[in-house]
Amino acid sequence: MKNHLTLKQLQNGLQNKDYSSVELTNYYIDQINKYNNSVNAFITVDYEKSLAQAKLADEQLKLNKSSDLTGIPIAQKDIFCADGWRTTCGSKMLDNFISPYDSKVVELFNQSGAINLGKTNMDEFAMGSSNETSFYGNVKNPWNLDCVPGGSSGGSAAAVSSGMAPAATATDTGGSIRQPASLCGLTGLKPTYGLVSRYGMIAFASSLDQAGPIAKTSEDCAMMLNVMAGHDHRDSTSIKRDKLNYLDNLNDSIKGKTIGIPKEFFNSDLDEDVKKVLDRVIDEYKLLGVNFKEISLENSHLSIPVYYVIAPAEASSNLSRYDGVRYGYRASDYQDIENMYLKTREEGFGDEVKRRILVGTYVLSAGYYDAYYLKAQKIRRLIATDFKKSFSECDLILAPSSPSTAFKIGEKKEDPVSMYMQDMYTISTNLAGLPAISAPAGFINNMPIGFQLIGNYFSESTILNFVHEYQKQTGWHQEYPEVR
Amino acid sequence: MSITQKDIAKLSKLAKININDKDKELVIKKLDGILELINAMQMVDTKSIEPMSHALDISQPLREDTQTEFSNKDRYLELGPDSNEDYFIVPRVIE
Repeated sequence: MKNHLTLKQLQNGLQNKDYSSVELTNYYIDQINKYNNSVNAFITVDYEKSLAQAKLADEQLKLNKSSDLTGIPIAQKDIFCADGWRTTCGSKMLDNFISPYDSKVVELFNQSGAINLGKTNMDEFAMGSSNETSFYGNVKNPWNLDCVPGGSSGGSAAAVSSGMAPAATATDTGGSIRQPASLCGLTGLKPTYGLVSRYGMIAFASSLDQAGPIAKTSEDCAMMLNVMAGHDHRDSTSIKRDKLNYLDNLNDSIKGKTIGIPKEFFNSDLDEDVKKVLDRVIDEYKLLGVNFKEISLENSHLSIPVYYVIAPAEASSNLSRYDGVRYGYRASDYQDIENMYLKTREEGFGDEVKRRILVGTYVLSAGYYDAYYLKAQKIRRLIATDFKKSFSECDLILAPSSPSTAFKIGEKKEDPVSMYMQDMYTISTNLAGLPAISAPAGFINNMPIGFQLIGNYFSESTILNFVHEYQKQTGWHQEYPEVR
Repeated sequence: MSITQKDIAKLSKLAKININDKDKELVIKKLDGILELINAMQMVDTKSIEPMSHALDISQPLREDTQTEFSNKDRYLELGPDSNEDYFIVPRVIE
């Protein structure tokens, strides 16, 4: 079997009976056995469970009762609860947590007949941009094992990039789908806030968290989103909308459309090599008949400060549930209930998670609420308004996905603020609730880097169409690393 | 503005996270760095701006106020570090 087949190719292979789902699942299990020791992309695998699903999928395929992903193994980020599977969120706090229920996303993949291939490594509680905060050790970038894969969905990105999974689920609170997709040479889509249910997706910052796919191509992202998107009454922020088929408009002509170039992102701070790569993306889109126009996102420089108020504030509230009483870790040695809480949370959380809980507690504490949380919410409106104005002038906005290619493991670990800067081009869209994609744009010193397209609310079809047209003309998305 | 030893003691208590004395200096140093980063917000005049609390700027939908059934009780109780019949056990809180 050939390495690095797309979901579309796998769908055809299964329909044409070139292989069964059991054979396909066994193929990926072999890949995991071969590469996971060096890449560390999976926290939990359960081959028995995966193969049992594959057997059922083969029956569906025989009866022609299949949907697009029936029989295809998909890796699930370990933030999604899956019934009977250990679900850790990358934390010691949940090391022993066997989920008693399915998240909506996992439920939808199960209904589609996809195979749960295993749970991917991630920054602890999705707090990080390098996968170094995981309790289960850092994930390594398949393009260079000395480098980070990005984060927080680094395990998902590394699993797909190394060929251990054809596609994976991921989540994006400040860039956690797009930055690892960029650093691992993949296509990753963060949908509009509310498009994919957050039910059973372990909460970090609830007004920003959104699930989406990491895959090899725009077409594969469309196939994944077809499964993931949809209203769910159990997530009160889930939006009621008619379900779309994201494959329908992939081949629409983009001639005469306009992409906006935010001058604040293309200034002297932008790395020169990254700029060269993005200039080439612009040239390629011009060949497809797309016009470019300079726009302004004048408050975008405030995105990181605003995010590091809102996200820790919401996290400090969300993570108060880990108290050692109902599930998860409990310290073994304590004097009374107060001491049990203090020790459980001291021992169960890693440094970055504790730091963010403390920052969130600080900005929400008496006397500081107006100066921090309320102020951040006001500037959040300014940031969203900039985008609103811009979309009257263009169809999509082009931006870098990450400030650089993958950096070395350990390089930024001790300096949280320099790590936070990784998300400088991705965070504003989370604050505004907008959809955005990162797709492969080329290489700098043999390491991949992506470009980002940001769209208006619920414009996922347009975004996927623009990237599909680009991927029909270019071959960057067909480059894969040889893991050694 | 810098975080003080008194602040960190208060935060530790509010967040219910024990912080060892030997770690306090480093925790303060890193928190100070983050506060410096977020203080860039204070330059902006936001007097006449409404706060935005929902990413899509819409209000939260409400569900019907009806009772929902929950049938999976035993599996949830098993997850507790310490449970007995229908209860999770915690250290004694009332003397």
